[in-house]
Amino acid sequence: MPEVAAIAKDLLERGVVKAVIGYAAAGPNRTRPFIARTAEQANALVFNRHALNNLAVFLTRRRKPVAGPVAVVAKGCDVRALIMLMQEQQVRREDVHIIGVTCGGVASSMGTPWSVETAAPKCAHCRFHTPHLYDSLAEGTEEVGPLPDRSGERIKELEALPPDERFAFWAEQFSRCIRCYACREVCPICSCEQCVADKNQPQWIDRSPTSRGNFAWNLVRAFHLAGRCIGCNECERACPADIPLSLLNRKLAMTALEEFHYIAGTDPAAPTLVGTYDKTDRQDYIA
Amino acid sequence: MRWPCEQDMNTIGSHNETHAETTTPASWEPKIIAFVCNWCTYTGADLAGTSRLKQPPQARLIRVPCTGRIDPLFIIKAFESGADGVLVSGCHPFDCHYNTGNFHARRRWTLFRALLDFVGIDSARLHFSWVSASEGKKWVDVITKVVRDVRARGPFQAYRTINRRFAFPPYITDHGEEREGAPEKTKESAHA
Ligand code: SF4
Ligand code: SF4
Ligand code: SF4
Repeated sequence: MPEVAAIAKDLLERGVVKAVIGYAAAGPNRTRPFIARTAEQANALVFNRHALNNLAVFLTRRRKPVAGPVAVVAKGCDVRALIMLMQEQQVRREDVHIIGVTCGGVASSMGTPWSVETAAPKCAHCRFHTPHLYDSLAEGTEEVGPLPDRSGERIKELEALPPDERFAFWAEQFSRCIRCYACREVCPICSCEQCVADKNQPQWIDRSPTSRGNFAWNLVRAFHLAGRCIGCNECERACPADIPLSLLNRKLAMTALEEFHYIAGTDPAAPTLVGTYDKTDRQDYIA
Repeated sequence: MRWPCEQDMNTIGSHNETHAETTTPASWEPKIIAFVCNWCTYTGADLAGTSRLKQPPQARLIRVPCTGRIDPLFIIKAFESGADGVLVSGCHPFDCHYNTGNFHARRRWTLFRALLDFVGIDSARLHFSWVSASEGKKWVDVITKVVRDVRARGPFQAYRTINRRFAFPPYITDHGEEREGAPEKTKESAHA
Protein backbone atom coordinates (compact mmCIF):
# COMPACT_ATOMS: atom_id res chain seq x y z
CA MET A 1 0.00 0.00 0.00
CA PRO A 2 1.28 3.51 -0.78
CA GLU A 3 2.02 6.11 1.87
CA VAL A 4 -0.34 9.02 2.55
CA ALA A 5 2.17 11.55 1.18
CA ALA A 6 2.53 9.71 -2.14
CA ILE A 7 -1.22 9.59 -2.72
CA ALA A 8 -1.60 13.25 -1.75
CA LYS A 9 1.21 14.30 -4.09
CA ASP A 10 -0.34 12.45 -6.97
CA LEU A 11 -3.77 14.00 -6.37
CA LEU A 12 -2.36 17.51 -6.15
CA GLU A 13 -0.11 17.06 -9.22
CA ARG A 14 -2.99 15.84 -11.31
CA GLY A 15 -5.15 18.68 -10.00
CA VAL A 16 -7.88 16.33 -8.85
CA VAL A 17 -8.21 18.26 -5.59
CA LYS A 18 -7.40 21.80 -4.45
CA ALA A 19 -5.98 20.75 -1.09
CA VAL A 20 -5.25 17.68 0.99
CA ILE A 21 -6.20 17.87 4.65
CA GLY A 22 -3.92 15.59 6.64
CA TYR A 23 -1.47 15.36 9.51
CA ALA A 24 2.04 16.73 9.86
CA ALA A 25 4.56 15.80 12.52
CA ALA A 26 4.70 18.28 15.39
CA GLY A 27 7.30 17.16 17.89
CA PRO A 28 7.71 13.92 19.83
CA ASN A 29 4.54 11.79 19.82
CA ARG A 30 2.57 14.63 18.32
CA THR A 31 0.93 15.58 15.04
CA ARG A 32 -1.10 18.55 13.96
CA PRO A 33 -3.68 19.09 11.23
CA PHE A 34 -1.97 20.24 8.04
CA ILE A 35 -3.47 21.48 4.80
CA ALA A 36 -1.28 20.75 1.79
CA ARG A 37 -2.10 22.93 -1.22
CA THR A 38 0.86 21.99 -3.43
CA ALA A 39 2.59 18.72 -4.28
CA GLU A 40 5.67 19.99 -2.49
CA GLN A 41 3.76 20.66 0.72
CA ALA A 42 2.33 17.15 0.51
CA ASN A 43 5.76 15.78 1.44
CA ALA A 44 5.09 16.91 5.01
CA LEU A 45 2.04 14.66 5.38
CA VAL A 46 2.44 11.73 7.77
CA PHE A 47 0.28 9.17 9.50
CA ASN A 48 1.13 7.43 12.76
CA ARG A 49 -0.30 6.50 16.16
CA HIS A 50 -0.43 10.15 17.15
CA ALA A 51 -2.71 11.27 14.33
CA LEU A 52 -5.55 11.95 16.76
CA ASN A 53 -7.56 14.74 15.15
CA ASN A 54 -10.76 13.91 13.37
CA LEU A 55 -10.19 15.92 10.21
CA ALA A 56 -13.77 15.51 9.01
CA VAL A 57 -14.46 18.66 11.03
CA PHE A 58 -12.74 20.67 8.29
CA LEU A 59 -15.27 19.59 5.70
CA THR A 60 -18.38 21.17 7.20
CA ARG A 61 -19.55 24.31 5.46
CA ARG A 62 -18.50 26.79 8.09
CA ARG A 63 -15.01 25.36 8.54
CA LYS A 64 -13.94 24.28 5.06
CA PRO A 65 -10.56 25.89 4.31
CA VAL A 66 -10.78 26.03 0.49
CA ALA A 67 -13.62 26.05 -2.00
CA GLY A 68 -13.83 23.13 -4.42
CA PRO A 69 -12.89 19.51 -4.10
CA VAL A 70 -10.51 18.48 -1.32
CA ALA A 71 -8.99 15.24 -0.15
CA VAL A 72 -8.98 14.27 3.49
CA VAL A 73 -6.90 11.71 5.37
CA ALA A 74 -9.30 9.61 7.41
CA LYS A 75 -9.06 6.73 9.86
CA GLY A 76 -12.01 4.37 10.18
CA CYS A 77 -13.72 6.54 12.81
CA ASP A 78 -13.12 9.70 10.76
CA VAL A 79 -14.69 8.02 7.74
CA ARG A 80 -17.76 7.38 9.88
CA ALA A 81 -17.94 11.12 10.57
CA LEU A 82 -17.71 11.82 6.83
CA ILE A 83 -20.50 9.35 6.15
CA MET A 84 -22.62 10.93 8.87
CA LEU A 85 -22.09 14.33 7.24
CA MET A 86 -23.18 12.82 3.93
CA GLN A 87 -26.24 11.28 5.57
CA GLU A 88 -27.15 14.73 6.85
CA GLN A 89 -26.48 16.42 3.49
CA GLN A 90 -23.62 18.49 4.90
CA VAL A 91 -21.00 17.06 2.56
CA ARG A 92 -21.46 15.78 -0.97
CA ARG A 93 -19.74 12.52 -1.80
CA GLU A 94 -18.34 13.88 -5.07
CA ASP A 95 -16.75 16.90 -3.35
CA VAL A 96 -14.42 14.86 -1.18
CA HIS A 97 -11.69 12.41 -2.04
CA ILE A 98 -11.25 10.13 0.97
CA ILE A 99 -7.72 8.92 1.60
CA GLY A 100 -8.50 6.08 3.96
CA VAL A 101 -5.73 4.83 6.24
CA THR A 102 -5.60 1.51 8.03
CA CYS A 103 -5.43 2.22 11.74
CA GLY A 104 -4.72 -0.20 14.55
CA GLY A 105 -5.32 2.37 17.29
CA VAL A 106 -4.01 5.74 18.38
CA ALA A 107 -2.56 7.05 21.64
CA SER A 108 -5.01 8.58 24.09
CA SER A 109 -3.55 12.09 23.98
CA MET A 110 -0.94 14.18 22.21
CA GLY A 111 2.53 13.67 23.58
CA THR A 112 1.72 10.27 25.09
CA PRO A 113 3.90 7.46 23.75
CA TRP A 114 1.93 4.64 22.14
CA SER A 115 1.40 1.35 23.96
CA VAL A 116 -1.50 -1.01 24.52
CA GLU A 117 -2.06 0.61 27.94
CA THR A 118 -2.06 4.17 26.61
CA ALA A 119 -4.30 3.45 23.62
CA ALA A 120 -7.34 5.70 23.24
CA PRO A 121 -10.37 3.96 24.85
CA LYS A 122 -12.39 4.30 21.62
CA CYS A 123 -9.93 2.01 19.80
CA ALA A 124 -10.83 -0.90 22.10
CA HIS A 125 -14.27 -1.28 20.52
CA CYS A 126 -13.46 -0.06 17.01
CA ARG A 127 -15.01 -2.08 14.19
CA PHE A 128 -13.47 -0.09 11.39
CA HIS A 129 -9.70 -0.59 11.57
CA THR A 130 -9.80 -0.60 7.78
CA PRO A 131 -12.09 2.22 6.63
CA HIS A 132 -15.33 1.04 5.02
CA LEU A 133 -15.48 3.85 2.45
CA TYR A 134 -12.54 5.43 0.64
CA ASP A 135 -11.24 6.53 -2.73
CA SER A 136 -7.63 5.53 -2.07
CA LEU A 137 -6.31 3.41 0.74
CA ALA A 138 -2.98 4.33 2.34
CA GLU A 139 -0.59 2.43 4.55
CA GLY A 140 -1.27 3.18 8.19
CA THR A 141 -0.64 1.33 11.43
CA GLU A 142 -1.09 -2.33 12.26
CA GLU A 143 -3.76 -3.81 14.46
CA VAL A 144 -2.54 -5.08 17.81
CA GLY A 145 -4.29 -7.63 20.03
CA PRO A 146 -7.36 -6.75 22.09
CA LEU A 147 -7.12 -3.40 23.89
CA PRO A 148 -8.59 -2.81 27.37
CA ASP A 149 -12.16 -1.47 27.07
CA ARG A 150 -11.88 1.20 29.76
CA SER A 151 -14.91 3.27 28.82
CA GLY A 152 -17.17 0.19 28.66
CA GLU A 153 -16.11 -0.76 32.16
CA ARG A 154 -16.64 2.77 33.45
CA ILE A 155 -20.17 2.85 32.03
CA LYS A 156 -20.97 -0.45 33.76
CA GLU A 157 -19.60 0.88 37.05
CA LEU A 158 -21.73 4.01 36.80
CA GLU A 159 -24.84 2.06 35.87
CA ALA A 160 -24.42 -0.09 38.95
CA LEU A 161 -24.63 2.99 41.21
CA PRO A 162 -27.98 4.12 42.67
CA PRO A 163 -29.51 7.03 40.65
CA ASP A 164 -28.72 9.63 43.32
CA GLU A 165 -25.03 8.79 43.29
CA ARG A 166 -24.95 8.85 39.51
CA PHE A 167 -26.60 12.24 39.62
CA ALA A 168 -24.05 13.48 42.13
CA PHE A 169 -21.22 12.14 39.97
CA TRP A 170 -22.42 13.96 36.85
CA ALA A 171 -23.38 17.12 38.72
CA GLU A 172 -19.83 17.27 40.02
CA GLN A 173 -18.33 16.59 36.59
CA PHE A 174 -20.52 19.18 34.84
CA SER A 175 -19.91 21.77 37.54
CA ARG A 176 -16.35 22.07 36.22
CA CYS A 177 -17.53 23.01 32.73
CA ILE A 178 -16.42 26.52 31.78
CA ARG A 179 -18.70 26.68 28.74
CA CYS A 180 -15.88 27.19 26.31
CA TYR A 181 -17.82 25.08 23.76
CA ALA A 182 -14.60 23.44 22.62
CA CYS A 183 -16.50 20.15 22.62
CA ARG A 184 -18.92 21.60 20.09
CA GLU A 185 -16.37 23.35 17.91
CA VAL A 186 -14.18 20.27 17.54
CA CYS A 187 -17.09 17.97 16.75
CA PRO A 188 -17.51 17.24 13.06
CA ILE A 189 -21.19 16.46 13.59
CA CYS A 190 -22.05 19.66 15.51
CA SER A 191 -22.40 21.48 12.24
CA CYS A 192 -25.34 23.73 13.13
CA GLU A 193 -24.85 27.26 11.86
CA GLN A 194 -26.35 28.51 15.09
CA CYS A 195 -26.18 26.34 18.16
CA VAL A 196 -29.14 26.24 20.51
CA ALA A 197 -26.74 27.20 23.29
CA ASP A 198 -26.10 30.53 21.52
CA LYS A 199 -29.74 31.41 21.05
CA ASN A 200 -31.23 33.82 23.53
CA GLN A 201 -34.77 34.29 22.26
CA PRO A 202 -35.92 32.21 23.97
CA GLN A 203 -32.96 31.34 26.13
CA TRP A 204 -33.11 27.63 26.74
CA ILE A 205 -29.79 27.20 28.43
CA ASP A 206 -28.23 29.58 30.96
CA ARG A 207 -25.26 31.29 29.35
CA SER A 208 -23.22 31.62 32.53
CA PRO A 209 -21.30 28.57 33.74
CA THR A 210 -23.64 27.86 36.63
CA SER A 211 -24.29 24.33 37.82
CA ARG A 212 -27.76 24.47 36.37
CA GLY A 213 -26.75 25.80 32.97
CA ASN A 214 -23.87 23.37 32.73
CA PHE A 215 -26.14 20.44 33.45
CA ALA A 216 -28.58 21.52 30.77
CA TRP A 217 -25.82 22.24 28.24
CA ASN A 218 -24.12 18.91 28.67
CA LEU A 219 -27.39 17.01 28.44
CA VAL A 220 -28.40 18.90 25.33
CA ARG A 221 -25.05 18.45 23.64
CA ALA A 222 -25.11 14.72 24.32
CA PHE A 223 -28.73 14.38 23.24
CA HIS A 224 -28.29 16.37 20.03
CA LEU A 225 -25.63 13.87 19.08
CA ALA A 226 -27.73 10.81 19.90
CA GLY A 227 -27.65 8.52 16.90
CA ARG A 228 -25.24 10.93 15.19
CA CYS A 229 -22.08 10.81 17.30
CA ILE A 230 -19.60 8.46 15.71
CA GLY A 231 -17.46 8.17 18.81
CA CYS A 232 -14.24 9.87 17.75
CA ASN A 233 -13.97 11.29 21.30
CA GLU A 234 -12.53 14.54 20.04
CA CYS A 235 -14.95 16.41 22.32
CA GLU A 236 -13.50 14.76 25.38
CA ARG A 237 -9.94 15.35 24.20
CA ALA A 238 -10.71 19.03 23.61
CA CYS A 239 -12.46 19.56 26.94
CA PRO A 240 -10.18 21.62 29.20
CA ALA A 241 -12.16 20.53 32.26
CA ASP A 242 -11.60 16.80 31.66
CA ILE A 243 -15.30 15.98 31.69
CA PRO A 244 -15.78 12.36 30.53
CA LEU A 245 -18.08 13.31 27.66
CA SER A 246 -17.31 10.09 25.83
CA LEU A 247 -19.22 8.11 28.45
CA LEU A 248 -22.42 10.01 27.66
CA ASN A 249 -21.84 9.63 23.93
CA ARG A 250 -21.09 5.96 24.15
CA LYS A 251 -24.04 5.28 26.40
CA LEU A 252 -26.31 6.82 23.76
CA ALA A 253 -24.59 4.91 20.98
CA MET A 254 -25.13 1.70 22.96
CA THR A 255 -28.80 2.59 23.37
CA ALA A 256 -29.11 3.25 19.63
CA LEU A 257 -27.62 -0.15 18.93
CA GLU A 258 -29.73 -2.03 21.46
CA GLU A 259 -33.03 -0.34 20.73
CA PHE A 260 -32.76 0.38 17.02
CA HIS A 261 -29.88 -1.78 15.77
CA TYR A 262 -28.34 1.42 14.50
CA ILE A 263 -24.69 2.36 14.18
CA ALA A 264 -24.06 5.95 13.12
CA GLY A 265 -21.91 6.60 10.07
CA THR A 266 -21.93 3.27 8.31
CA ASP A 267 -24.05 3.87 5.21
CA PRO A 268 -24.15 7.21 3.35
CA ALA A 269 -27.55 6.40 1.85
CA ALA A 270 -29.23 5.38 5.13
CA PRO A 271 -31.61 7.78 6.86
CA THR A 272 -30.46 9.21 10.17
CA LEU A 273 -31.69 7.60 13.37
CA VAL A 274 -33.94 10.38 14.63
CA GLY A 275 -34.78 11.64 11.15
CA THR A 276 -36.91 8.58 10.62
CA TYR A 277 -39.01 6.14 12.63
CA ASP A 278 -40.33 2.65 12.54
CA LYS A 279 -43.94 1.82 13.30
CA THR A 280 -42.82 -1.07 15.46
CA ASP A 281 -40.37 0.93 17.62
CA ARG A 282 -40.24 -0.05 21.26
CA GLN A 283 -42.91 1.50 23.46
CA ASP A 284 -43.24 -0.76 26.50
CA TYR A 285 -42.39 2.18 28.80
CA ILE A 286 -45.27 4.30 27.45
CA ALA A 287 -48.49 3.93 29.43
CA MET B 1 -17.28 23.19 42.83
CA ARG B 2 -19.94 25.88 43.11
CA TRP B 3 -19.49 29.43 41.98
CA PRO B 4 -19.58 31.75 44.97
CA CYS B 5 -22.02 34.01 43.20
CA GLU B 6 -24.64 31.35 42.62
CA GLN B 7 -27.80 31.45 44.65
CA ASP B 8 -30.89 29.33 44.76
CA MET B 9 -33.57 30.29 42.35
CA ASN B 10 -37.23 30.66 43.15
CA THR B 11 -39.05 27.66 41.93
CA ILE B 12 -42.57 27.29 40.65
CA GLY B 13 -45.13 27.59 43.41
CA SER B 14 -45.88 29.90 46.25
CA HIS B 15 -43.02 29.14 48.59
CA ASN B 16 -39.47 30.11 47.96
CA GLU B 17 -37.17 27.12 48.25
CA THR B 18 -33.98 28.88 49.13
CA HIS B 19 -32.49 25.95 50.97
CA ALA B 20 -32.42 22.37 49.85
CA GLU B 21 -34.66 20.75 52.41
CA THR B 22 -33.27 17.62 53.93
CA THR B 23 -36.60 16.31 55.14
CA THR B 24 -39.89 16.28 53.31
CA PRO B 25 -42.29 18.67 55.06
CA ALA B 26 -45.74 17.29 55.78
CA SER B 27 -47.31 19.94 53.55
CA TRP B 28 -45.23 18.98 50.52
CA GLU B 29 -47.13 18.21 47.35
CA PRO B 30 -45.42 17.05 44.19
CA LYS B 31 -45.30 19.45 41.25
CA ILE B 32 -45.95 17.68 38.00
CA ILE B 33 -45.57 19.29 34.61
CA ALA B 34 -47.54 17.49 31.91
CA PHE B 35 -46.75 18.24 28.28
CA VAL B 36 -49.83 17.18 26.37
CA CYS B 37 -50.77 17.38 22.74
CA ASN B 38 -53.66 19.53 21.67
CA TRP B 39 -55.53 16.89 19.73
CA CYS B 40 -55.60 13.90 22.04
CA THR B 41 -54.39 14.13 25.61
CA TYR B 42 -55.42 17.73 26.23
CA THR B 43 -58.86 16.95 24.95
CA GLY B 44 -58.87 13.71 26.95
CA ALA B 45 -57.97 15.61 30.13
CA ASP B 46 -60.68 18.12 29.28
CA LEU B 47 -63.16 15.28 28.96
CA ALA B 48 -62.12 14.02 32.37
CA GLY B 49 -62.90 17.49 33.69
CA THR B 50 -66.26 17.88 31.99
CA SER B 51 -67.21 14.34 33.07
CA ARG B 52 -66.43 15.44 36.65
CA LEU B 53 -63.99 12.57 37.19
CA LYS B 54 -61.97 12.98 40.35
CA GLN B 55 -58.28 13.56 39.60
CA PRO B 56 -55.27 14.75 41.55
CA PRO B 57 -54.71 18.50 41.19
CA GLN B 58 -50.88 18.47 41.24
CA ALA B 59 -50.35 18.47 37.50
CA ARG B 60 -49.86 21.65 35.49
CA LEU B 61 -50.78 20.98 31.90
CA ILE B 62 -48.86 22.58 29.07
CA ARG B 63 -50.59 22.22 25.73
CA VAL B 64 -48.45 21.78 22.63
CA PRO B 65 -49.59 21.17 19.07
CA CYS B 66 -48.13 17.67 18.83
CA THR B 67 -45.89 15.31 20.77
CA GLY B 68 -43.40 15.83 17.97
CA ARG B 69 -43.18 19.45 19.15
CA ILE B 70 -41.94 18.42 22.60
CA ASP B 71 -38.26 19.20 22.56
CA PRO B 72 -36.38 17.40 25.34
CA LEU B 73 -35.26 20.90 26.35
CA PHE B 74 -38.82 21.42 27.60
CA ILE B 75 -38.32 18.56 30.03
CA ILE B 76 -35.00 19.93 31.25
CA LYS B 77 -36.59 23.35 31.65
CA ALA B 78 -39.41 21.83 33.68
CA PHE B 79 -36.93 20.27 36.10
CA GLU B 80 -35.01 23.53 36.24
CA SER B 81 -38.21 25.34 37.10
CA GLY B 82 -38.82 23.11 40.07
CA ALA B 83 -40.86 20.20 38.73
CA ASP B 84 -40.65 17.01 40.77
CA GLY B 85 -41.92 14.94 37.88
CA VAL B 86 -42.79 15.30 34.21
CA LEU B 87 -45.41 13.58 32.11
CA VAL B 88 -45.36 13.62 28.33
CA SER B 89 -48.50 12.45 26.61
CA GLY B 90 -50.05 12.46 23.18
CA CYS B 91 -52.08 10.57 20.59
CA HIS B 92 -51.83 6.81 20.25
CA PRO B 93 -49.62 5.52 17.42
CA PHE B 94 -51.48 5.69 14.07
CA ASP B 95 -53.76 8.36 15.58
CA CYS B 96 -51.52 11.40 15.34
CA HIS B 97 -53.25 14.45 13.92
CA TYR B 98 -50.14 15.03 11.83
CA ASN B 99 -49.74 11.30 11.07
CA THR B 100 -46.11 10.84 12.14
CA GLY B 101 -45.39 13.30 14.98
CA ASN B 102 -45.75 10.71 17.71
CA PHE B 103 -43.62 8.13 15.87
CA HIS B 104 -40.76 10.61 15.67
CA ALA B 105 -41.29 11.62 19.29
CA ARG B 106 -41.25 8.00 20.48
CA ARG B 107 -37.77 7.46 19.08
CA ARG B 108 -36.46 10.58 20.74
CA TRP B 109 -38.02 9.62 24.07
CA THR B 110 -36.34 6.23 24.05
CA LEU B 111 -32.95 7.90 23.63
CA PHE B 112 -33.63 10.77 26.00
CA ARG B 113 -34.88 8.46 28.72
CA ALA B 114 -31.70 6.43 28.49
CA LEU B 115 -29.62 9.59 28.80
CA LEU B 116 -31.54 10.92 31.79
CA ASP B 117 -31.34 7.53 33.47
CA PHE B 118 -27.58 7.49 32.90
CA VAL B 119 -27.11 10.89 34.53
CA GLY B 120 -29.14 9.70 37.49
CA ILE B 121 -32.58 11.18 36.91
CA ASP B 122 -34.83 8.44 38.24
CA SER B 123 -37.21 7.16 35.56
CA ALA B 124 -40.02 7.39 38.12
CA ARG B 125 -39.84 11.16 37.58
CA LEU B 126 -40.37 11.04 33.85
CA HIS B 127 -43.49 9.36 32.47
CA PHE B 128 -44.89 8.89 29.00
CA SER B 129 -48.36 7.91 27.89
CA TRP B 130 -50.78 7.75 25.00
CA VAL B 131 -54.16 9.18 25.93
CA SER B 132 -56.76 9.80 23.23
CA ALA B 133 -59.47 12.45 23.22
CA SER B 134 -62.08 9.94 24.36
CA GLU B 135 -59.99 8.45 27.17
CA GLY B 136 -60.92 10.74 30.04
CA LYS B 137 -60.78 7.76 32.38
CA LYS B 138 -57.34 6.72 31.19
CA TRP B 139 -56.08 10.26 31.75
CA VAL B 140 -57.24 10.09 35.36
CA ASP B 141 -55.51 6.73 35.82
CA VAL B 142 -52.28 7.96 34.26
CA ILE B 143 -52.04 11.19 36.19
CA THR B 144 -52.96 9.42 39.43
CA LYS B 145 -50.14 6.94 38.91
CA VAL B 146 -47.67 9.69 38.03
CA VAL B 147 -48.52 11.66 41.16
CA ARG B 148 -48.28 8.51 43.27
CA ASP B 149 -44.87 7.55 41.83
CA VAL B 150 -43.43 11.03 42.20
CA ARG B 151 -44.83 11.40 45.69
CA ALA B 152 -43.10 8.17 46.65
CA ARG B 153 -39.76 9.64 45.49
CA GLY B 154 -40.26 12.88 47.39
CA PRO B 155 -39.14 16.35 46.29
CA PHE B 156 -36.52 16.36 43.54
CA GLN B 157 -33.79 17.64 45.87
CA ALA B 158 -30.97 16.49 43.64
CA TYR B 159 -31.98 18.87 40.86
CA ARG B 160 -32.63 21.64 43.37
CA THR B 161 -29.03 21.48 44.51
CA ILE B 162 -27.78 22.35 41.04
CA ASN B 163 -30.65 24.73 40.42
CA ARG B 164 -28.84 27.97 40.94
CA ARG B 165 -28.76 31.17 39.03
CA PHE B 166 -26.11 33.75 38.61
CA ALA B 167 -26.40 36.59 41.10
CA PHE B 168 -24.26 39.11 42.87
CA PRO B 169 -22.32 37.75 45.82
CA PRO B 170 -23.10 39.24 49.24
CA TYR B 171 -21.27 42.52 49.71
CA ILE B 172 -20.33 44.77 52.62
CA THR B 173 -21.89 48.22 52.65
CA ASP B 174 -20.09 51.43 53.68
CA HIS B 175 -21.60 50.91 57.11
CA GLY B 176 -20.09 47.46 57.47
CA GLU B 177 -23.35 45.55 56.97
CA GLU B 178 -23.51 42.45 54.83
CA ARG B 179 -26.10 42.77 52.07
CA GLU B 180 -27.33 40.55 49.26
CA GLY B 181 -28.38 41.55 45.76
CA ALA B 182 -27.04 44.21 43.42
CA PRO B 183 -25.15 47.01 45.23
CA GLU B 184 -27.30 50.08 45.64
CA LYS B 185 -26.13 53.17 43.85
CA THR B 186 -25.06 55.88 46.26
CA LYS B 187 -25.07 59.52 45.23
CA GLU B 188 -21.28 59.53 45.09
CA SER B 189 -20.91 56.38 43.02
CA ALA B 190 -23.66 57.52 40.64
CA HIS B 191 -21.70 60.65 39.85
CA ALA B 192 -18.25 59.09 40.02
S1 SF4 C 1 -25.13 21.18 20.50
FE1 SF4 C 1 -26.91 20.85 19.25
S2 SF4 C 1 -27.52 22.88 18.50
FE2 SF4 C 1 -25.41 22.99 19.26
S3 SF4 C 1 -24.16 22.69 17.42
FE3 SF4 C 1 -24.37 20.70 18.44
S4 SF4 C 1 -26.12 19.77 17.46
FE4 SF4 C 1 -26.18 21.94 16.97
S1 SF4 D 1 -19.73 14.15 20.04
FE1 SF4 D 1 -17.54 13.89 20.41
S2 SF4 D 1 -17.16 11.72 19.92
FE2 SF4 D 1 -19.13 12.26 19.00
S3 SF4 D 1 -18.65 12.86 16.91
FE3 SF4 D 1 -18.64 14.74 18.16
S4 SF4 D 1 -16.50 15.02 18.76
FE4 SF4 D 1 -16.73 12.90 18.05
S1 SF4 E 1 -15.29 21.44 26.24
FE1 SF4 E 1 -15.70 20.84 28.37
S2 SF4 E 1 -15.59 22.76 29.53
FE2 SF4 E 1 -15.80 23.34 27.37
S3 SF4 E 1 -18.03 23.58 27.07
FE3 SF4 E 1 -17.52 21.45 26.50
S4 SF4 E 1 -17.89 20.28 28.39
FE4 SF4 E 1 -17.74 22.44 28.98
